[in-house]
Amino acid sequence: MDWLQQLFNGISLGSIYALIALGYTMVYGIIKLINFAHGDVFMLGAFVGFFAITRWEMGFIPALITAMIVCAIIGVIIERVAYKRLRNATRIAALTTAIGVSFLIEYTMIFFRGATPEAYPKNVLPEKTIEILGAKLDYKIIFILIVTVILMVLLQFIVHKTKIGKAMRAVSYDADAAKLMGINVDNTISATFAIGSALAGAAGVIFGAYYTRIDPLMGVLPGLKAFIAAVLGGIGSIPGAMVGGFILGIVETIVSAVGYSLWRDAAAFIILILILLLKPAGLFGKNIREKV
Amino acid sequence: MLQVNNIDVYYGNIHALKGVSLEVNEGEIVTLIGANGAGKTTLLKTLSGLLKPKHGTILYNMQQIGGKPAQGIVKNGIVHVPEGRRVFANMSVEENLELGAFLRKDRDGIKKDLNRVYEMFPILNERRKQLAGTLSGGEQQMLAIGRGLMSKPKLLLLDEPSMGLAPIIVQQIFEIIQTINQEGTTILLVEQNAHMALSIADRAYVIETGRIVLSGSAKELQESEQVKAAYLGGV
Repeated sequence: MDWLQQLFNGISLGSIYALIALGYTMVYGIIKLINFAHGDVFMLGAFVGFFAITRWEMGFIPALITAMIVCAIIGVIIERVAYKRLRNATRIAALTTAIGVSFLIEYTMIFFRGATPEAYPKNVLPEKTIEILGAKLDYKIIFILIVTVILMVLLQFIVHKTKIGKAMRAVSYDADAAKLMGINVDNTISATFAIGSALAGAAGVIFGAYYTRIDPLMGVLPGLKAFIAAVLGGIGSIPGAMVGGFILGIVETIVSAVGYSLWRDAAAFIILILILLLKPAGLFGKNIREKV
Repeated sequence: MLQVNNIDVYYGNIHALKGVSLEVNEGEIVTLIGANGAGKTTLLKTLSGLLKPKHGTILYNMQQIGGKPAQGIVKNGIVHVPEGRRVFANMSVEENLELGAFLRKDRDGIKKDLNRVYEMFPILNERRKQLAGTLSGGEQQMLAIGRGLMSKPKLLLLDEPSMGLAPIIVQQIFEIIQTINQEGTTILLVEQNAHMALSIADRAYVIETGRIVLSGSAKELQESEQVKAAYLGGV
């Protein structure tokens, strides 16, 4: 049952894309900015997790939480330092800045530690396999899937049930009206960056534990793919980012599995082109509301 | 309660308010009437902290609030129900009302006020789980006012509550405004519908191209030839 195994591989790759895509979509939803530095926060998360596991000898879960906290702080700093002052600037200025921040993070990392890759220790997650319907299933995959689902449920809970989540939805719908409710828009935007970056950090540690190899430029391609996933799901839509991430992961894995592994990356970009041509609002996208 | 002294407000390069002064006393309904683009909304946005005055002072209970951030002003009890209602269309009626109480921590008080709003607007109670975007214009206006009341206003700023509504609904909204006032909330009402506004107000100001050109008791203005000609259809 080879296809089943491929499906599970696709799902674990998809969880990583989905976790990163959530940050893209949340930030876009609230300040209409494509935060191109988001993939690099994912990379930083992978490195924080790596140090937590190898230097401070933490287990997977404590390392994951550490990376999430550190990335949340980094995300808030990025927003406060680079984006906040551009809130009333043109979108292209903010976008250019985001690309600049991305390069800054990548090359600062290379400057301080070099470009050599690191390898996560093999035994971070249990190396067992179990058999389901004849397919050999890595224990790792189940573990990753459970962690991803927990994080997504937690996110849904925060966004729909807590005060800060309601503030986030209000600000993303109408920032001025939110101010009139007494909502502090700056703090709400910071919270959005914190949550989105924490999810990217989690994705980084999961990536490291699963694929083992990490390096300072590892965020570039997954960052772009997650962006595609967010567009595919409908940028600004949280369920859209989750579904888009899983679809993209599964499609890529299938493309490799049928023997076109060189076309793997191209598949993602073809999806982007198709979605922009056929359904620019994405699968879960709302009709864009013109403000008068 | 509220004293606006000689404020100038700019939208970029446009000088939108030119030396505007006005006063609202506790317990009153004061209305500000004027044509489209005269500066009515700009004035309310300045009072609620969305815009900053360049010159002049805004005193609320003898404290300067001009240029302070919006959330501090809401906390002080000045609540702005914006033009065009601006309800959160992607959230339910009840979530909208809860957002009105965003800064409050008194759970019991919030519960009580929620019931009071539902009593005042029974239709909102029927539609509490419905998305705000699916409500009719009149219902959205009720929701916007209800949401404002959830912030526990001492001074309620209403921006064109009659806009785009059928006369019978306008009648209903204005009755509710009077009820809110009788229950102890001071009201500053901005309207294009001068006739309705003057009929419930104690005092009124007329604004034209960023300047206050007339003021007086609502009765006086209702009888003024100038107001009749310009805003009451020349009757």
